[in-house]
Amino acid sequence: MAASDLAAATAPGFPLAARLWAPWLRRALFYVGLVAVWQLIASSGMWPSYVVPGPNAVTASLADGLAGGVFLVAAAVSLSRLAVGYVLSVGLGILLGMLIARFRLADELLGSLVLALQSLPSVCWLPLAILWFGLNQTAVIFVVVMGALFSITLGVASGVRNTPPLYVKAARNMGSHGWRLYSRVIIPAALPAVLSGLKQGWSFAWRSLMAGELIYFSLSLGNLLQTGRDLNDAARVVAVMVVIMVIGLVCDQLLFAPFEGRMREKRGLN
Amino acid sequence: MLTSQQRPGINQPDQPLQPPALGIEGVSKTYWQGDRTVDALAPINLTVKTGEFVCLVGPSGCGKSTLLSIVSGLEPASTGSVLAKGQPAVGPSPERLLLFQEAALFPWLDVQGNVEFGLRERGIRPTERSSVAQRYVDLVHLTGFERTYIHQLSGGMRQRTAIARALAMDPALLLMDEPFGALDALTRDTLHEELESIWASTGKTILFVTHNVREAVALGDRVLVFSPRPGRIVAEFPIDLPRTRSLQDHGLADKASEILAVLTEEMRR
Repeated sequence: MAASDLAAATAPGFPLAARLWAPWLRRALFYVGLVAVWQLIASSGMWPSYVVPGPNAVTASLADGLAGGVFLVAAAVSLSRLAVGYVLSVGLGILLGMLIARFRLADELLGSLVLALQSLPSVCWLPLAILWFGLNQTAVIFVVVMGALFSITLGVASGVRNTPPLYVKAARNMGSHGWRLYSRVIIPAALPAVLSGLKQGWSFAWRSLMAGELIYFSLSLGNLLQTGRDLNDAARVVAVMVVIMVIGLVCDQLLFAPFEGRMREKRGLN
Repeated sequence: MLTSQQRPGINQPDQPLQPPALGIEGVSKTYWQGDRTVDALAPINLTVKTGEFVCLVGPSGCGKSTLLSIVSGLEPASTGSVLAKGQPAVGPSPERLLLFQEAALFPWLDVQGNVEFGLRERGIRPTERSSVAQRYVDLVHLTGFERTYIHQLSGGMRQRTAIARALAMDPALLLMDEPFGALDALTRDTLHEELESIWASTGKTILFVTHNVREAVALGDRVLVFSPRPGRIVAEFPIDLPRTRSLQDHGLADKASEILAVLTEEMRR
């Protein structure tokens, strides 16, 4: 029944508003279905509620956390750490990426090392970070940087290295040289690859942050997960996971999506 | 009708001391490929007068593109020197602008942005930049496409944009490396006419590389035939057919087959 309604809604000739809303309608129905299945499983009695909490319990915990301000404060703490770590990674990553792309020696020495480090899950750095910095915020930020840095480096290096030589020739012929050749030609040409490195770096930074915060005791999203577990409060754990996912989605939509969309449209990459 | 004799800048008896727009003196190119050297270009001597339209034809890989690249200064010569208006020309300069078969436009800029690119590198103010750019966008018949991005343009429109971008720099010498090679015949014919009229109205000196003999005869004051690698000039044909020339013209067809015969002979050697 619902499926045939949807087919009618997407068919040509149907009012424009309905066609525009159809994807949202489908999405809403999907989530409603998902929650219904979840509710069925939770209320089937197969598992106790402290193992599989139902949608009601999670919603209540979510409302409680939001109303009490705990989630907001935790999110602010986590995001500020993320911001510091990410900005450091972007700065270092651009520098390293340019070096690797520009100098053969840097590529020979650092290229394979960066690839190896990128394949190392950043949480592996945590024990070492605690030995170096102590169990504190610096250690967590260090892990974030280790998580994001190498994706960004590789994105920048490949973008700069793959700049079509023809663009560089044309620009040099028109009088570009030195820094201006970078700022007006090589960096814009490298932008798609750089942006995908930045996006990947962002999601790695976010994961690394959560891993780091799980063991560092101060109010933060990762720490809320850990205390939820300590208190056997599965509803709280799931509520925090929802918050983490929503923040990830919102950040992507705000930070990258508009920029990326405009870039792809200009260059006909859609 | 326009003949080369009527055009300003060519063979003007009242300017006998003006040095030629381009002098190529013993320019050759040898490069390393693995562990052996390859002679791409035998020593070339060539003088191009101001306002002259010279076409180079030759088999692909004969080094004619290399020669253009050397004249533009983007590639160093192994021997010899390039003189622009009598002065040694070293390194790239907007005075000697190279146009490529792939228009080499910047996809992150729109038509206007591309045409303004070089003007901006030259430090020209935004208002003047945009009025200069507009003039050349109009000249190549792209009025109304200023805000269009490159991927939305046809091949012919891309070459027009590239021509406008080059002309906006007001170069003394235009170096065109098979600029219409990737276009369909109809678009190419239109662009021939437009290039010819732009050349006539601006008095630019043009060095034009092609492997299309008819194209060379249609456009050039002179056609130079290159040998296979290492490229050298084996024959020179002055083209004194009246302009504008039609590809269907008998005189043009005769000249083209005469040149083609020489070229074929060269390639058999």
